[in-house]
Amino acid sequence: MRKKMLALLMVMALGTATLVGCGGNSNSGDSNDAKTEQDANKEDTEGEDSKEKDFSVSMVTDVGGVNDQSFNQSAWEGLQEFKKKTGAEVSYLESTQESDYSPNLDKQVEEGKDLVWGIGFAMADAVKESAEMNPEVHYAIIDNAYEETPENLTGVVFNAQDPSFMVGYVAALSTKEDKVGFVGGMHSAVIDQFEYGYRAGVAYGAKELKKDIEVKVQYAESFSDSAKGKAIATKMYSDGCDIVFHAAGNVGTGVIEAAKEAGKFAIGVDRDQSDLAPENVLTSALKLVNVAIELVSEKAMNGEEIGGKTYTFGLAEGAVGIPENNPNMDKEVYEKTMAIKDKIANKEITPPYNEETFNDFAL
Amino acid sequence: MNKASKILKKPITSTVIAVLFGFIVAAFVLLIAGCNPIEAFGILFRSVFSKPKYVANVIIKATPIILTGVSIAFAFKVGLFNIGAEGQFVMGTVVATIVGICLDLPPVLQFPVVLLSGMVAGALFGGFVGFLKAKFGIHEVITSIMLNWIAFYFCNFIAATKTFHQPNTNGTYPINASGLDFIFNWKKSEAGREVVINNEFLREAVGKTDMNIGFIFAIAAAIIIAILLKKTTKGYELRAVGFNQYAAEFAGINVRKNIIHAMVIAGAIAGLAGALQITGVAQKISTLGAFENYGFNGMSVALIANSSPIGSIFAGLLFAALIYGGGSIQSEIGAPSEVINIMIGTIVFFVALSKVIPVLADKLEKKEVKKDA
Repeated sequence: MRKKMLALLMVMALGTATLVGCGGNSNSGDSNDAKTEQDANKEDTEGEDSKEKDFSVSMVTDVGGVNDQSFNQSAWEGLQEFKKKTGAEVSYLESTQESDYSPNLDKQVEEGKDLVWGIGFAMADAVKESAEMNPEVHYAIIDNAYEETPENLTGVVFNAQDPSFMVGYVAALSTKEDKVGFVGGMHSAVIDQFEYGYRAGVAYGAKELKKDIEVKVQYAESFSDSAKGKAIATKMYSDGCDIVFHAAGNVGTGVIEAAKEAGKFAIGVDRDQSDLAPENVLTSALKLVNVAIELVSEKAMNGEEIGGKTYTFGLAEGAVGIPENNPNMDKEVYEKTMAIKDKIANKEITPPYNEETFNDFAL
Repeated sequence: MNKASKILKKPITSTVIAVLFGFIVAAFVLLIAGCNPIEAFGILFRSVFSKPKYVANVIIKATPIILTGVSIAFAFKVGLFNIGAEGQFVMGTVVATIVGICLDLPPVLQFPVVLLSGMVAGALFGGFVGFLKAKFGIHEVITSIMLNWIAFYFCNFIAATKTFHQPNTNGTYPINASGLDFIFNWKKSEAGREVVINNEFLREAVGKTDMNIGFIFAIAAAIIIAILLKKTTKGYELRAVGFNQYAAEFAGINVRKNIIHAMVIAGAIAGLAGALQITGVAQKISTLGAFENYGFNGMSVALIANSSPIGSIFAGLLFAALIYGGGSIQSEIGAPSEVINIMIGTIVFFVALSKVIPVLADKLEKKEVKKDA
């Protein structure tokens, strides 16, 4: 009997909980109903007058969340900048579990967004599936190129090997121990760009200086465990490396911390990370997700045909590179690196982006 | 005893009051964050109930946490704190994935085999904790926290192993279609597709979601556990161990055996939650950056439900509705998702404080008595 009562009361508890949602509304109940109706009407007519109303863009983060010091954050900054420039509506939705991707993307469609961004290649399948289910909405994804891209989906990838080559060259010219390190997040096509670009850059610099420079490579198998990044980098520094480059998201904050404690140099990634340790960040391999998001969103807003293909952002778009101010770097090195940048830009050098192209890379 | 204090003394009353307080505190937090709480709760309500699809999504989200909630609630009743539900859940997903990829039996067999393998994995993982507790007296909280991490890294290890790892993703291959949920396979089959597309309700609730039969398992598990605890000799023994180990032992109940059994059952339920997540939603495991909190959310569910298995069903639905609707608050009016977490946290906090309410009821009663005198 008690159990039955309990069950019954639990139903009531749930009911009450939802009633609170209502209860808050009760004084403005009518207007709220009206609003819901309005929304419904809006949805119905959306097809016809969507061009007249504000263009709305939203992004769904991966499980890193919007304050990840890395590409989710960068993406959101890009959208905010886009809003400032064009007055479009922007919003974001965080995912906390992998199973959130599909419902979250779906939610954005429900809200009548014109363009929905998926941030990160982990969302590739979910974005594609959602795009196929909702042909009227446009989608775009960061860091993923599909083999077959649906008409309403845009892939955005970066030539991350270019800035990685540049910082590799910087590392080669700046190292005193002739030993440098690389800490990767997880093995994937995206991180391969960083690793092999960097290794080729180091090799290129070493050849110029006519010496051998060793590159120690280790993967953290994580994008979030900064303690592990710190441990790996500390080991590398004590093994004689004096410069460590990382491409590992939040793991990298640990790498930079280790550089600070060891008094050695780290090379940042994605954005200018010199604010994390002004004395110890040599430079950063920029991969500006915000620039790409801004550019692609703008194209979509102007009604350009962007679907069904993949955009590659490189030096020409200003979406990759190294920062202009590098207080810890020799001026001479910076100028030489700029020369390398020009060579990459006019395709005199084509930095490798995976193991195969690295092996074929002729110095 | 008058009516008011009678009502106040019911455990459910304190839960309802706790839920109410949670919403009130959340309203203040929303105000501070610069959002209109009425509007926010309106969105929350609408984004949970206004379409069959939303309700379906809440049910999907609730399924794993109901099961982990039942697992934890059950262990509570035996006096054990199953903080290891997270690890048991993860082991359930990992083993179900391995079995689902390696075996390819006919669907009628494959599906139960995958579920069973997940359950066995969770049961072994939980049972080990129970064994350590029973044989050596090592506290289950310590061992299961350690085992959570072992499960976590084991998952990442399997996800990165060559045999299972799908190139250019951060996870494994999906499990063979024969092991997937019946609703999913039906939806993908030609006949099913026809029906789903032509029926508006089904298209919304099934076509556009990961609707699966896991919820039925969750309810069944809750009912079975409730019956086991209340109606069987075994349940009597288990509860006796939970109330007072020494008294139970004195009464001739084998405490050690019951502790191990309790952890095996709790682990099996959490493992089942993991396996159902694989067959119904995820279809594969991915490298985890952090725990996905299925087990830890289950703890909140068990707390809200006051350790009642049946109550866990409703607590799980409430929890899932808050999480799912909370996302809409974020994307529609830009309130931080933390607000929802604060709301859930407050509810759990007030439930934990629920002992206060019967005391208040007592006081009320005494006042009445005085007045009568």
